[in-house]
Parts: sequence; structure tokens; C-alpha cells
Amino acid sequence: MKLRLLPHPILTPVLALIWLLLVNSLSPGQILLGLILGWAIPVFTLRFWPERVRVHKPLTLMRFLAVVMYDILVANLAVAALILGGPKHVKPAFVRVPLALRTDLGISLLANTVSLTPGTVSAWLSPDRSHLVVHGLKVNDPDALIAEIKRRYEAPIKEVFEPC
Amino acid sequence: MLEMMLSVLIVVGALFTFIGSLGLARLDDFYTRLHGPTKATTLGVGALLIASVLYFSTRGEGLSLHEILVTLFLFITAPVSAHLLAKAALHLRVRSIAPPPPEAEEPLADTRVRTGD
Amino acid sequence: MLSIAVSIAFALVSGALLLSLWRLLRGPDKPDRILALDTLYINTIALLVLLGIHLSSSLYFEAALLIAMMGFVGTVALCKYLLRGDIIE
Repeated sequence: MKLRLLPHPILTPVLALIWLLLVNSLSPGQILLGLILGWAIPVFTLRFWPERVRVHKPLTLMRFLAVVMYDILVANLAVAALILGGPKHVKPAFVRVPLALRTDLGISLLANTVSLTPGTVSAWLSPDRSHLVVHGLKVNDPDALIAEIKRRYEAPIKEVFEPC
Repeated sequence: MLEMMLSVLIVVGALFTFIGSLGLARLDDFYTRLHGPTKATTLGVGALLIASVLYFSTRGEGLSLHEILVTLFLFITAPVSAHLLAKAALHLRVRSIAPPPPEAEEPLADTRVRTGD
Repeated sequence: MLSIAVSIAFALVSGALLLSLWRLLRGPDKPDRILALDTLYINTIALLVLLGIHLSSSLYFEAALLIAMMGFVGTVALCKYLLRGDIIE
């Protein structure tokens, strides 16, 4: 019964917060309306979200978010320097990253993180979901890049969302 | 002091936006061009939006945080569109400096058989 | 100080728009043009935010949000078209 009434406990406060940001107000009426929307939208769109998201280690998640933020900043400086250096300085390559993640959520989180961070864009996911093909802007050592992605991003995602 | 910070944020944001587009215009093949707009431009616009939050919040009319929504939205959508563009380019066999992975270019590599080209 | 910074930023973002437009016209491949369009709309968001600061008006925020959403949907629809030859299956 609990599952039917509140299918996504994390989504409700997030939706309420987005509503408050959208109307740019903190009046009690808007908070109430935000909470109602946050409750109603997950209930009525339940068929699109059959899986229930569970966060297992909030602290690891926080640390992961901090690492990603830091990497986004550094990545941008590095990419900006490469672009200003011109086409001669880039050394692009495709690398295949074997995946240990199994769920939709985990894989899409990893792909998005990879796209946002140092000179890499996720380009293609093999149909059997065993490999993610990543395009790197400057790849000197493909194996080091793969190891870095697996250690820095995949391991924490697996720990937080797929602890089995 | 605040004005100083605002000015720096605005100029840095605009500079990153410019560098992203410069990468788009300057680099040699599609896959390397993809990097400029998805990263530099997103961060540049993010910095501009933070500057906007600071500017409107300090005018004495209370907090104004709704620009954060646009930032959030851009940071969620930029990797998705980059991934789709890369996938479409692999599918169309766009010229690439780096040798593309052979299995990704197979016509049947997609889970569904494509129809009608 | 702020007005000088906003002027410099206007020039930089306009330059970015021109560079994206150049790529849009030149191609050479379809994904290049879609990427250029994608960049153009993100640059437009930057321009609108700057205009909002310049005119001290928060009216432009709604326009920026709408462009962000519609631009993303447009990019996804175009990519989908390239991948499948069809948008709605």
C-alpha cells in the first residue's frame, strides 16, 4: 500500500523544489501546491517508472557529486586550452569501456557523467550493454583513461545504486 | 566587491561560451567538434546564470533563484544531446580522425533493424 | 564596471553566435549542422540572460527557459530522425 501511495519518495521533494524555483516564491500556498504536485505526478506517471530508486550510501553520493563538480571545472579549463591550442594538439580516439553496471539508471548516470567531464563524450552503448564506447579529445594512454573512468565514476555509482 | 565578482563571472562565462563556439568552428572532424559546445558552452552559460542569480538576488527584492532551473536543465540535457549526436554520426559514418569502433558502425548494431534510408 | 563587463560579454557571445552560424552554413555533414543549431540555441540563452542583466529585468528568464526546453526537444527529434529515418514510430 505504501508503494502505491508514495511510489518515489525521493522524487516528491525534488518536484516540489522545482515547482518553488519555477514560481520563484516561498509562500505557504505555493509550498502546499508544490507538495501536491510532487505527490500527484509520481502517482499518475507510475507506469513509466516501474523501478524504485534506492540510494544506499548518501555520503558516497555526496562525495561523488563533489568529485564530478570539481572535474567539470577542471575539464573545462583543459578543453578550453586544447581548443585554443588548435587542431594540431588534439589526439582523438575511441575507447571501449567494459561496464560493470547493469541497471538503466546506473548506465545512464555513468554515460552522462562521462559526457560532462574531462575531454570525453559517451558515443555508443553496445546492444548487450556490456560496453560503452567513449570518444576522448586527447588520449595518450587508452588503458589509463579506461581505468580512470572505472575507478573515479563507475565504482561510486555502483556502490550507491547497485550494492549487490 | 559584489560588482567585481559579478563582472568576473559574466566575462568568464561569456569567454567560455565563445571558446566553445570557437572549438565548433575550428576543429577538424565532427567528433572533436562535439567536445567544445557540450562542455565549454554549458559551463559558460552556467556561470552567466549564476551571475544573474547574484544580480537579481542583491537588488533588495528578495531571493531570485529560478535561473538555477535553466542551469540544471542544461546540465541534464547537454550530455544527452551529445550522446545522441555522436550515435547519429556513428550511424551515418561521418568522417573521423580517430578510427571508429567497427561494431558501432554495423547497420544492425542497433537493437532494431532500421528501415528506409 | 558592470556595464563594461556586460558590453565585453555581449561582444563575446555575439562572436560565438557568428562562429556557430558559420558552422551551420558550412556543414559539411548533417550532424555538424545539428550540433551548430544546438550551440546556437545555447548561445541564445546566454544572450538573453545578459540582456536581462543589462536591462535589469527578470522578464527574459521565461524566454530563456522556453528556448532551453524547445531547443533540447528539437535536437533530440533531429537526431532521432537521422538514426531511424522517422521521428514518431
